[in-house]
Amino acid sequence: MDLAEEELNEHHLDENRVVDVVVRFAGDSGDGMQLTGANFTQATALYGNDLSTFPDFPAEIRAPVGATFGVSAFQIYFGAEDVTTAGDALDVLVAMNPAALVTNIANLVDSGLVIVDSGAFTAKNLAKARYDSNPLEDNTLDAYRVLSIDISQQVLNAVEPFGLSHKDALRCKNMWTLGLVMWLFDRDRQPTIENLKKKFAGKPDIANANIAALNAGHAYGETAELPAGIHVYKIPKAKVAPGTYRNITGTTALAWGLIAGSELAQIDILFASYPITPASNLLHELSNRREFRINTFQAEDEIAAVCAAIGASFAGSLGVTSSAGPGIALKAEGIALAAAAELPLVVVNTQRGGPSTGLPTKTEQSDLNMAMFGRHGDTPIPVIASSTSTDCFDVAVEAVRLATKYMTPVMLLSDGYLANAAEPWQIPDVAAMQGFPVQHHSEIEGFKPSLRNAETLARVWPKPGTAGLEHRIGGIERSYETGDISYDPANHQKMTDLRKNKVDGIAKDIPLQEVCLGNDSGKLAVVGWGSTFGAIHQAVKRCREEGLDVSHIQIRYLAPFPANLGELLSGFDAVLVPEMNTGQLVRLLRSEFLIDADALNKVAGQPFKIGEVIAAIHEKFADMQQL
Amino acid sequence: MNKPLPTLTLKDFASDQEVRWCPGCGDYAILKTLQKLMPELDRPRENQVFVSGIGCSSRFPYYMNTFGFHTIHGRAPAIATGVKLANPELDVWVITGDGDGFSIGGNHMLHVLRRNVDLQILLFNNEIYGLTKGQYSPTSQPGTRSPSSPMGSVDAPLSPCLVALGAGATFIARSIDTEAKHLSGVVADSHAHKGAAFVEILQNCPIYNDGVFEQVKDKKLAPDFRVEVEHGEPIIFGKDREKAITLDRESLSLKVIEVAGNEERVLVHDQHNKVLAQLLAAMSGPEFPVAVGVIYREVKPSFIDDSMNQLGLARDKAASLEALLYSGHTWTVK
Repeated sequence: MDLAEEELNEHHLDENRVVDVVVRFAGDSGDGMQLTGANFTQATALYGNDLSTFPDFPAEIRAPVGATFGVSAFQIYFGAEDVTTAGDALDVLVAMNPAALVTNIANLVDSGLVIVDSGAFTAKNLAKARYDSNPLEDNTLDAYRVLSIDISQQVLNAVEPFGLSHKDALRCKNMWTLGLVMWLFDRDRQPTIENLKKKFAGKPDIANANIAALNAGHAYGETAELPAGIHVYKIPKAKVAPGTYRNITGTTALAWGLIAGSELAQIDILFASYPITPASNLLHELSNRREFRINTFQAEDEIAAVCAAIGASFAGSLGVTSSAGPGIALKAEGIALAAAAELPLVVVNTQRGGPSTGLPTKTEQSDLNMAMFGRHGDTPIPVIASSTSTDCFDVAVEAVRLATKYMTPVMLLSDGYLANAAEPWQIPDVAAMQGFPVQHHSEIEGFKPSLRNAETLARVWPKPGTAGLEHRIGGIERSYETGDISYDPANHQKMTDLRKNKVDGIAKDIPLQEVCLGNDSGKLAVVGWGSTFGAIHQAVKRCREEGLDVSHIQIRYLAPFPANLGELLSGFDAVLVPEMNTGQLVRLLRSEFLIDADALNKVAGQPFKIGEVIAAIHEKFADMQQL
Repeated sequence: MNKPLPTLTLKDFASDQEVRWCPGCGDYAILKTLQKLMPELDRPRENQVFVSGIGCSSRFPYYMNTFGFHTIHGRAPAIATGVKLANPELDVWVITGDGDGFSIGGNHMLHVLRRNVDLQILLFNNEIYGLTKGQYSPTSQPGTRSPSSPMGSVDAPLSPCLVALGAGATFIARSIDTEAKHLSGVVADSHAHKGAAFVEILQNCPIYNDGVFEQVKDKKLAPDFRVEVEHGEPIIFGKDREKAITLDRESLSLKVIEVAGNEERVLVHDQHNKVLAQLLAAMSGPEFPVAVGVIYREVKPSFIDDSMNQLGLARDKAASLEALLYSGHTWTVK
């Protein structure tokens, strides 16, 4: 199905009762937009809105000032209803310079609000953004509400008492802007003030200047005469389940899920990794958490990382390795060794745009084929995917459970969007979580390294250092009976079948597939996996409000599939599979279940928009009516 | 409380697997020497772990009745690092060859040595690829004729000991497959070393590179083409111990001299001298004898000790998953 976009009729700021808003802060890499976004997110969560965020930063560490390719942005969608994406179109755009304006203005809804720092619209910056004339002075912005303020000058005035250098003073611009946006949405500045005090604990002048800028921005909103239609918007609080919440990114949730997994399995984890965008933050987070049953090892390369993890698993710990697409490709031989030797291993793939170096900072779901099939030999392994940032926690726990229970490598798919996006998370009661303690083999009598559990088919896990359990394993095919090297043809067939049956058997140990929104059968099922969850969920919800018989099915277990998935899908007249790839899951569903599933593909380095999925659903229904 | 270890013998370290190297392969002699040495090391058998990559030498772990992991080509140092990080109590041995260790696995070798991971790395150097049937290796002499170099190889070879030295190895030794006593002594020394211990074992491949080490192995030739270096001892060789190594201070290079009349110029081996180690490791025939023995040794903190110390410090902190989940900003909805 061709990708089309239906413009959602959303002009939030014009509605009588504004219930949700999308704001995007955009500026230079050095303008502190991510910090601004993080503070606004925190204030919004504390205010009581549901929210979803998406940081969008350039691959360049320090791009030249004012360059379009150096624009760093942070988008937040917040409101009174459940929010599962960072929003299709912008209601408010904050543009700190011409480059930020030119790269983002197309996403602002008509009559949306654009806040610009007119002080940054110099001839030089306009040229860098390739503006022939100043958009603040011609008709470029006629369709929008424009709040053009010389923020640079405002900030210089506000922080003057602190005696900062001109450069340091201007660095407070982001806080002034944040103060203004906080006024616009009635957010509390106090948590940000606390954050600034903590961040600049050793530099009270800088802290105070930033706080002064924040307050000055807020005061500007309160006192200045603003153009008509710009006023404080009070967004009603979201109805959310009682409990204690926090914001969390997918990376942090995944790291903490691994920690929880190690506690539930009562096993030490060696996390061995090699830095790669966008997976490195997982290594950073865990390196700071070694008070738990986690040790980290920065290996010399991707191959060494997976191999060190496998070595740790051989020694009785759980080896975990992590990377993004190109790095996972390098690990393939090691993953197959773990499969052949029947050792537990968790491989986390934070997918990014490919092939090759591709788009390292952008998101994509194009490694599903590699996860399923990207190994030499017949080498099945379980593959699971997280759908939201908070889901990364549960999926990481599940990866640890499956790897240790089935003595197998497990591929966990996340992506660049989930890794960086944050959403509120109801903190789980860890004391109530079901443990799955690992039992290393201890019985010396009759020991063979080939002993296995009759039900799970998992091999025993004998730990070096245990007298009487000395044994050898390796990548050469092993005898089913003894575990010794075997070149016997019948044995290889048996071991190949065993490896397949073991992974297939996991289907008995995972939840049946549920429909997350809509009926269990009907006209259309929209089937997703991974980070497309948010857009599909909103699209299906809105189409159902229109009265369309459409359901949302989100698959966590990609290998093996849940036992009922085929039957469930066959209960729908049509199946639509939106993916950020050229159609990898849809091909699996078609070949596995012989169903006529339709693909909706987007490979642009950006998540699906709600309107894109809605357009596809409408087209699908139109097709079905014609038949 | 230290429980006395049961008395073990060579047989206790021989696995029940049929040894499958070619008849006459130098690996047999090395295996025997190791099996004989293990009881003398007086360490629990269950704490011995042999990790190997791919190649003839890498079959070694299957024949040792210890824990063993035959892994993938070139990656044994990385896997062994993971084993040791997971359980520092284990004695971890890496068995590798010139192709496994310095061709496909060259990167891991470099890093395991520079990190000084507590392992014994036994590199069986036969200057040829055996298991893939005779192609030239990164240690083959230039001009080696092989199935993939019918006109003779044109690659310059590397010297394992020199590369190890360049990588920052803290223990570098060389020995010979069939010199059981010497090999046993060197390997015992490597085991006693804290950090990464690198041992190059010159090993004869009777099928694809027979006799490549003839000069250093042959009983008649060896006295002139091999010198056993020992810390604090003069570096003397020859049938009648009539020749010695000296340092020419003008050119900063080694020279072979007659001992007679030059007694005061004879170089005394200092295993802690890195410059000397480099000169000795580089000696090759026919001009020089090949140095065997412990060429270099350095006392340096091991990666495993440093990592475990850090881990210990990190774990002094109280670890509560619940506290972690509630750390930072939270809010409660009633």
